[in-house]
Amino acid sequence: MAIVEDTPRELTTGQPAVAERPLGVLTRPTSTEGWKSWLTTVDHKRIGILYGAAAIFFFVVGGIEALLIRLQLARPGATVLGADLYNQVFTMHGVTMIFLVAMPLGAAFANYLIPLQIGTRDVAFPRLNAFSFWCFLAGAIFINTSWFLGGAPDGGWFAYAPNTGVLFSPSNGMDFFAIGLQITGIASLLSAINLIVTVVNLRAPGMTWFRMPVFTWMMLVVQVLLLFAIPVITLALFLLMFDRLWGANFFNVEAGADPLLWEHLFWIFGHPEVYILILPAFGAVSEIIPVFSRKPIFGYKFMIFSGIAIGFMGWGVWAHHMFASGIGPISVAAFSVSTMFIAVPTGVKILNWMATMWGGRLRFTTPMLFAVGLVSMFTIGGLSGVTHSVAPADTQQTDTYYIVAHFHYVVFGGVILGLFGGMYFWWPKVFGYALDDRAGKWNFWLMLIGFNVTFGPMHLLGLQGMSRRIQTYSSGQGFDLWNMVATIGSFMIALSVLVFVGNILQSYRTRNRRPPVGPDPWDGRSLEWATASPTPVHNFDYVPVVESLDDFWHRKWGEDEDGNIVRLATAEQIAQTGERRDVHLPSPSYWPLVVAIGLPIIGYGLIFNYWLCMVGGAIVLGGVYAWIMEPTDDPDAAHGPDGHDDHHDGDGDGNGATTDESEAEELEAPVG
Amino acid sequence: MEHGDEHHRSTPLSHEKLAMWAFLGSECLLFGGLISTYMLYKNKLPEGTAISPGELFDIPFTSVTTFVLLMSSLTMVLSVSSITRGDLRRNRVWLLTTALLGAVFIGGQVYEFTAFYNEGAGFTTNLWSSAFFTLTGFHGVHVSIGIVMLMSLFIGNLTGRITKASAEKVEIIGLYWHFVDIVWIVIFTIVYLFPQ
Repeated sequence: MAIVEDTPRELTTGQPAVAERPLGVLTRPTSTEGWKSWLTTVDHKRIGILYGAAAIFFFVVGGIEALLIRLQLARPGATVLGADLYNQVFTMHGVTMIFLVAMPLGAAFANYLIPLQIGTRDVAFPRLNAFSFWCFLAGAIFINTSWFLGGAPDGGWFAYAPNTGVLFSPSNGMDFFAIGLQITGIASLLSAINLIVTVVNLRAPGMTWFRMPVFTWMMLVVQVLLLFAIPVITLALFLLMFDRLWGANFFNVEAGADPLLWEHLFWIFGHPEVYILILPAFGAVSEIIPVFSRKPIFGYKFMIFSGIAIGFMGWGVWAHHMFASGIGPISVAAFSVSTMFIAVPTGVKILNWMATMWGGRLRFTTPMLFAVGLVSMFTIGGLSGVTHSVAPADTQQTDTYYIVAHFHYVVFGGVILGLFGGMYFWWPKVFGYALDDRAGKWNFWLMLIGFNVTFGPMHLLGLQGMSRRIQTYSSGQGFDLWNMVATIGSFMIALSVLVFVGNILQSYRTRNRRPPVGPDPWDGRSLEWATASPTPVHNFDYVPVVESLDDFWHRKWGEDEDGNIVRLATAEQIAQTGERRDVHLPSPSYWPLVVAIGLPIIGYGLIFNYWLCMVGGAIVLGGVYAWIMEPTDDPDAAHGPDGHDDHHDGDGDGNGATTDESEAEELEAPVG
Repeated sequence: MEHGDEHHRSTPLSHEKLAMWAFLGSECLLFGGLISTYMLYKNKLPEGTAISPGELFDIPFTSVTTFVLLMSSLTMVLSVSSITRGDLRRNRVWLLTTALLGAVFIGGQVYEFTAFYNEGAGFTTNLWSSAFFTLTGFHGVHVSIGIVMLMSLFIGNLTGRITKASAEKVEIIGLYWHFVDIVWIVIFTIVYLFPQ
């Protein structure tokens, strides 16, 4: 593909080149504006926004499912949902909130922030990144179409086989679960590989491992967990699918199958998954608290190593989900002890956040409130978690609302509070205007109180013996009052989410009437604040050189002889302006979307008609080859001899090529 | 702020090679889970089963196909070495040879599956057969994907898309190929050679 560009072009814009060429199959799309450009974008920031938007959409869907559950349980003997529908709704609530909200919301932050925090222009494989998003969305829509195609999954998000076999779950729901989660699993796995390579290979000069922000570190741990956890759940889902579709015997107890096989496989994935969910929120809070305490994070290396320790130990505690399943006293004792141990690194984090705040100049803005909310609520959830590690107590708590209370305190009180804080914190960087602080505080307090009113009473219900996953209960068991209270609380949470959505709309409408946020609205510490808001398409005009942890802060502030903090420069003086227009960026591509569309078609084919598999397979295969064959970048960019055309996505954006010619390319490229 | 080098890369490895290593790490857990499942079920034959794995297996036959697959690793090394030297003709020969050896292995697997099926051990017959066909089938699919990638390289070589400059691509697909071979050594030992 030695396309030589003779006429030098004017270098005018920072946008990818608009090549005047008829669109052939293997040319790359060129538009960077309008809704269509979102379908072909490979920009990590836009992909991050897409992940976030999808996650918030599914948050509303999963929230409506939660409200239906609470309406059904508000009073004894209610008939809002029948038993069958109730099973589907609580299953889909769990599946949606875990796989379609918490995971993509984490991915949204990872995608947007990791390249910025390590000072690079994009992820290592931009097209693969786009594919990860579309693949996730395809899987998410696929699972949700089950509502209209014979019934949603009804075996719980944990999908214990043999209970999820055809015998006990005859609708196609669990097939949608098994296949849909395989599709979202592909997305998570590829995204994990992509982000690991990005962090390992694309850190800015001087950005050593121990100068990386805690957020990036935690995200790296999450990606490593995903890398090793996803294949395990993929395998389990394959076995379930083979059983259900083709009559294999893996969970056929009649044929002698071990009913614990699924539980083991699922929880070997499932427990690391818990840390996959929470560590992004821990990372976000570790960025928010130092900024609003005006102190560096206390025990930076302790934070990193405790995150890594959680990542390792997360693999050795899975059977604490199975204390009541009869795995034997030795196993129970071992997993009980390891579960108590894993509370230690988590405790280190909690104490370090508090020590960071101690003596700091605290500013209780909305993000800080959410961060402190996480620290306190997660601690409650963590403590009830330690009570589960005591196996004799756990056998009492298993399958009661006490468990439901516990995991909502860690997942809602941890993940949701932390990442809502993250949204308020990074919103100005992403969109160029801040969310309103007053409405934000309403949002926070409504959410915090609603959350406690909803899930606090569930501890009591559980200890009183109310079983989870039941569709209804009879009066006179002492469950009536607290169930009604929990339902009221759930509507307060719904109200707080409405406030959040209203805040977004209102802040967007009034964005021009308020003062511009500037590059660094919060006096931030990490590199994302060292460039303009909203982030320019090329991230940084010049690749930053990093000299210390919290490098950006140390360029703004120093110490005089008496140890007083003095300002060296304002953020506006040292932040990059984002005005450079000659940065070569990877071109958009159609093929990630095309390949992702093929996958659910294969899924429908497996369930309904094998001919569809042929169609889907053809789309995937054709898409993959078109992906490989399409020019690395816009067709008019001179790209020297062939050799780095297919996989080298990042070629032009300053990371892939190492040869001398890449310098020349940069100049010749018409991109501006 | 100072300006860093636009083409800075933090390690001497390329993105693609790092990505393949990460992917292979992930694959270890996929096959680890499959092998564990097989180990769990391999001795769980129902009472009075007519066919036992020990009687079905034709060890000499599978040893030959195993040998063929292992030799394909050698030819893979030769194809990487030839492209590194810029010898496109030899590279074509060795890529094709590797793919053919892989295809012979797959052919052997198809033959074996058919023979087992005809002797009464189908995918749904019992726990052992489900686990056996799933484990070896997953491996077979991996080899087949490898063959498709090798043939793509071969065609790329013919059409001039694969040159000395793309030696690393061949090397990366070689990594995948060697990994799949190593997995087969484990599977062969555990499934065929361990006493039933």
